Amino acid sequence: MNPAKDLHAVALTVNGHRHEVAVEARRTLADMLRHDLGYTGTHLGCEHGICGACTVILDGAPVRACLVFGVQADGAEVRTVESLADGDQLSDLQQSFSDHHGLQCGFCTPGFLMLAEAYLAEPDTSSPLSEGQARDLVASNLCRCTGYQGIIDAIVATAQARRAGRDPAADGP
Amino acid sequence: MSVIGTRLPRREDPRLLRGRGRFGDDISAPGQLWARVVRSPSAHGQVRELDITQAAQAPGIAAVITAGDLPGGLAIPVRLAIPGTDLSRYLQPILAAGTVRYVGEPLAVVVGDDPYVCEDAADLVEIDIAERPVVLDAQNADSPVAAELIRGYGDVETAFAQARHVVRIELAIGRHSGVPLEPRCLLAVPDPDRGTLAIFGMTKVPVWNRDLLAGLLGMDETLIHVHAVDAGGGFGVRGEFYPEDFLIPWLAIRLGRPVKWAEDRTEHLMAVNHSRQQYHRVAAAFDAGGRILGLTADIIQDNGAYCRTHGVAVPELTAAMLPGPYRVPAYRGQVRVVLTNKTPCGTYRAPGRFEGTAAREHLLDVAATRLGIDPVALRERNLLTAAEMPHQRPISTLGTDLILDTGDYPALLAAAVKEADRLGYRATTTTTTTTAAERACRRGFGLAMFVEKSGLGPQETADVTVSKSGAVHVFSGGTSLGQGIETVMAQITADALGVVTLGDTDAQPFGAGSWASRSTVVGGSAVHQAATAVRQRAIELAARILEAAEEDLDLAGGTVSVRGDAAVRLTLADIARAAGPASRHLRPGEPAGLSARRRFEVSHMTYPYGAHAALVEVDTGTGRVRVLRYLVVYEVGRAINPMLVEGQLRGGVAQGLGGALLEEFSYDDAGQPQAISFIEYRMPTAAEVPPVDVLVCQDAPAPGNPLGVMGAGEGGINAVGATVANAVRDALGLPGGVGQLPLTPARVRALGQESSREGSR
Repeated sequence: MNPAKDLHAVALTVNGHRHEVAVEARRTLADMLRHDLGYTGTHLGCEHGICGACTVILDGAPVRACLVFGVQADGAEVRTVESLADGDQLSDLQQSFSDHHGLQCGFCTPGFLMLAEAYLAEPDTSSPLSEGQARDLVASNLCRCTGYQGIIDAIVATAQARRAGRDPAADGP
Repeated sequence: MSVIGTRLPRREDPRLLRGRGRFGDDISAPGQLWARVVRSPSAHGQVRELDITQAAQAPGIAAVITAGDLPGGLAIPVRLAIPGTDLSRYLQPILAAGTVRYVGEPLAVVVGDDPYVCEDAADLVEIDIAERPVVLDAQNADSPVAAELIRGYGDVETAFAQARHVVRIELAIGRHSGVPLEPRCLLAVPDPDRGTLAIFGMTKVPVWNRDLLAGLLGMDETLIHVHAVDAGGGFGVRGEFYPEDFLIPWLAIRLGRPVKWAEDRTEHLMAVNHSRQQYHRVAAAFDAGGRILGLTADIIQDNGAYCRTHGVAVPELTAAMLPGPYRVPAYRGQVRVVLTNKTPCGTYRAPGRFEGTAAREHLLDVAATRLGIDPVALRERNLLTAAEMPHQRPISTLGTDLILDTGDYPALLAAAVKEADRLGYRATTTTTTTTAAERACRRGFGLAMFVEKSGLGPQETADVTVSKSGAVHVFSGGTSLGQGIETVMAQITADALGVVTLGDTDAQPFGAGSWASRSTVVGGSAVHQAATAVRQRAIELAARILEAAEEDLDLAGGTVSVRGDAAVRLTLADIARAAGPASRHLRPGEPAGLSARRRFEVSHMTYPYGAHAALVEVDTGTGRVRVLRYLVVYEVGRAINPMLVEGQLRGGVAQGLGGALLEEFSYDDAGQPQAISFIEYRMPTAAEVPPVDVLVCQDAPAPGNPLGVMGAGEGGINAVGATVANAVRDALGLPGGVGQLPLTPARVRALGQESSREGSR
């Protein structure tokens, strides 16, 4: 270990697990999650905040983990893609991505999943999620394989299913 | 029911969705060091000084190396060599010694405890370069030429002399590339005691790369273990042998410790193969009836600073494939490969076809206007018919004869026009507008036909093995680049063995890799043959065990049973156990185990084909082009999994729209790259990609392989430049061509002004 390093103690919760870690002030949350804590499901596609592959949920809001320093997550609750499935059971959103062929190489997928997960958890509005709204949401991140349609369809279908589950009288697809 | 042709969910999905993919940078080794490549800040110059003293003394740094530390005379050879071209003088050195020739060229490598300290130390390397003049314009007659070649046949001069109409256009394609979302990454883990080296992160052509690396390192190739990893997109660029593919393993051996290198995005955009930048001057000679008499193409490729592993394959493919699906009695394609002080080029999905299809199909639309013929009718008149197939063009490409093997091109064009009309593409181009803003937005329809190529051989090997648990293991030569190859191989295997559960797919020791849309065609055929051989062997062994005649046995659902007596049955697991080395069911000399290896050879490629159509809206005020609808009609011979074929086509369209409208590696006058982040290098988001309509046809099974399949990887991107160019030209009512791709707002605005000036004359 290099003695000149400027280390700070960070305590945070990731996917319900408490972690304490000493990191440099300049270390990104993405690197801390991936290399210090082993949550390698969070991917780095650009490290300058454009592609969104590193999107995680920080205290309920989607953030780009490459633009957040690890020390800024001190005391925070972080959710990564590893939190979505229940054991071997994929979540409804994950299953919908598979059903709608919303992924190919899968590198950008964790970012889209966490973006959609945070969005779908927002307080329900009166109208169902439209294709256009989902497209606007998905336009936050980059995917190089799918052409996006499968991602959009997967998110719309999940929103519809969740809405129907909450209120069986809600309008269908 | 066969599992071939069904929309099975992908085997890859659960692990990728759960964040359990194993991408390059997800893998680490105990005691691992990190590497950072120091790159040239200048586009051309003489290195006067490269001082690593400070960097080497920085905290946490294990080593800093420059060209002088490497074995002498190393250069990366051409993988796709074309007979008759000698590129040996233009190959890229591993590290630049005296001269640097593009911004981003590797000069030194810093190795240390973590990537942050390596980046700090890399900044401490002092670089003094005496600048030299830069070459940036490949069209300049003084620019250095690496190779010239010519492809063609027939009497072009006479064809043009006798023509009623001659139509010429120029079309430049912008410099852009695959840009997969995962940057490159390599981890090399040496085992000094055993003399082995494990490598994580090689893909696409891992066996070829391993053998090359072994040669460069002076090692036995079997001591290098290349481990399969997930890859975050390939698109032609990932997995070629780059300088880093030597540097990282060499450093690991020299330091006796694992070394990892994870490229950042800015590095990627100036280090990984660029592609596409070509200038085309094409001309067609027509008779009075609009029939093509001859075609010529002058192609200048801006290759960048060095010839890399693809050599001159991209412009060669452009020239060879340019006549496309048409009856062209005489043709001449001339290529000049020019060296410039830019990042070297290689292949990008549909190499040479994106470019050549754009030039040819745009020429046909301009010709249709000049000749006063409907663009669809002009194409119908000139397409090769089903009766003319197979059609041998007296041209070779990538060392094989060009034989358009099968198909009904006019039927596919008719199907595409019918589908575009059914979906209302053409009806909506003439919407009446009222407000000034609406009048400023003009709609246009564009269409293009193309021929793809797939299944480049010459061979592929597959092993299929049933283990004692009954699980089936497939070792195929295809590598996973995100395309769903595991699912495809599983479906092909399941078709023969009646089971849909696979134990494993892993590297094939003789694998030729995943490129040129070859994995399903060549690799899949090898898997099919090996799985079919396992099926026959299982029935043969079952007959001995059950003391039944082979012809009375049937294999279905992973079980061999006697026809008419369902109670007498053996599972594949039973048979695999009965094929153990001590089994009494084995005859003298017979190998133990339930497995087969098959090698599938193809003499020629198979040529899928298709049509694209688009409806665009052009804002003449801002120059913005919106693609409202996009249609792909594609003949794939036989779809193993239609969902994956559609996914390949849709994804290809999205990438194509990037090259047609948005993406460009531009340079300033000093040769400094201007697109070095995703802010400047603009890849399409969901806001730029419309819903893509797809019609997959399975009317022309490939005659050259047992599955009848053609490749699907490149048909989605092939004609996007052509189709968008044609649609924008239609919207603006241009008499000539658009001249240049990508159609950025500034260029479209200029074209619109040109067009309105001509209109007011």
